[in-house]
Amino acid sequence: MQLLMFYLFGGGAILTAIIMVTNSKPIAAAMAMVATMFCLAGLYVTLDAHLMAALQIIIYAGTIMVLFLFVIMLLNLREKEGDSPSAYHSIFVQFLIITVVGYLFVKAVELIKGDKTMAIDLLDKEYGTTAAVGKVLFTKYILPFEAASLLLLAAVVGAVVLAKNLKKKKT
Amino acid sequence: MVTLNHYLALGAILFTIGAVGVLTRRNALIIYMSIELMLNAVNLTILTFSKYLKHLDGHIFVLMIMTVAAAEAAVGLAIIIAMYRSKETVNVDEFNILKG
Repeated sequence: MQLLMFYLFGGGAILTAIIMVTNSKPIAAAMAMVATMFCLAGLYVTLDAHLMAALQIIIYAGTIMVLFLFVIMLLNLREKEGDSPSAYHSIFVQFLIITVVGYLFVKAVELIKGDKTMAIDLLDKEYGTTAAVGKVLFTKYILPFEAASLLLLAAVVGAVVLAKNLKKKKT
Repeated sequence: MVTLNHYLALGAILFTIGAVGVLTRRNALIIYMSIELMLNAVNLTILTFSKYLKHLDGHIFVLMIMTVAAAEAAVGLAIIIAMYRSKETVNVDEFNILKG
């Protein structure tokens, strides 16, 4: 059952990721990205990371992709990228190179696969739940948690400053 | 039976696809999406090892990476808007003022 789910979500993630990278329209790429995020959330569930799966959907599919779609809509991109023959040529050559490297990597991983001690077995019921992760987050990792809020504040201020039209101010 | 290597191979493949996207695409928005994909491939690997080692600390790492990814998306998209404002395009080939 777990193997079936793994291949279902894993295959879906790879397929939608390839669609995202190869599609010429930004909107279609963003939609494929949402599908990839959902597949990854399913994979997180097979890894007993329930809270992370929920957060994956909320943060990536719900927040980051909406941000992407807003920017695509604001910029109103009509031009098609990659129309020049040189770009296609480089896509082909680079894809070939990295496909070979990736294939070799996967083969290397498959070589060491015979070891059954690597099996991921079912853990206790508590693992990966909101309560268990929250307990670790608010005790052992309270300082990084607070630092993350500072990071988000800095990002908000930075985004506002960058997106503001500075030219108007100068004139 | 699902083993550690299954997930590691999947993470490697997804990371490779993201790297190909960053290297080959010209649209700045799609380059950003590819970077997000690479971050997610790393998240998958971290969660896999977290379960393999029966340790919850990896989940906190993933939470932090998600926070950084959200912050990076906000700032990065603001940069893309600023880029578009200056050149009316998001094709990264057009931005070459640092070229020697």
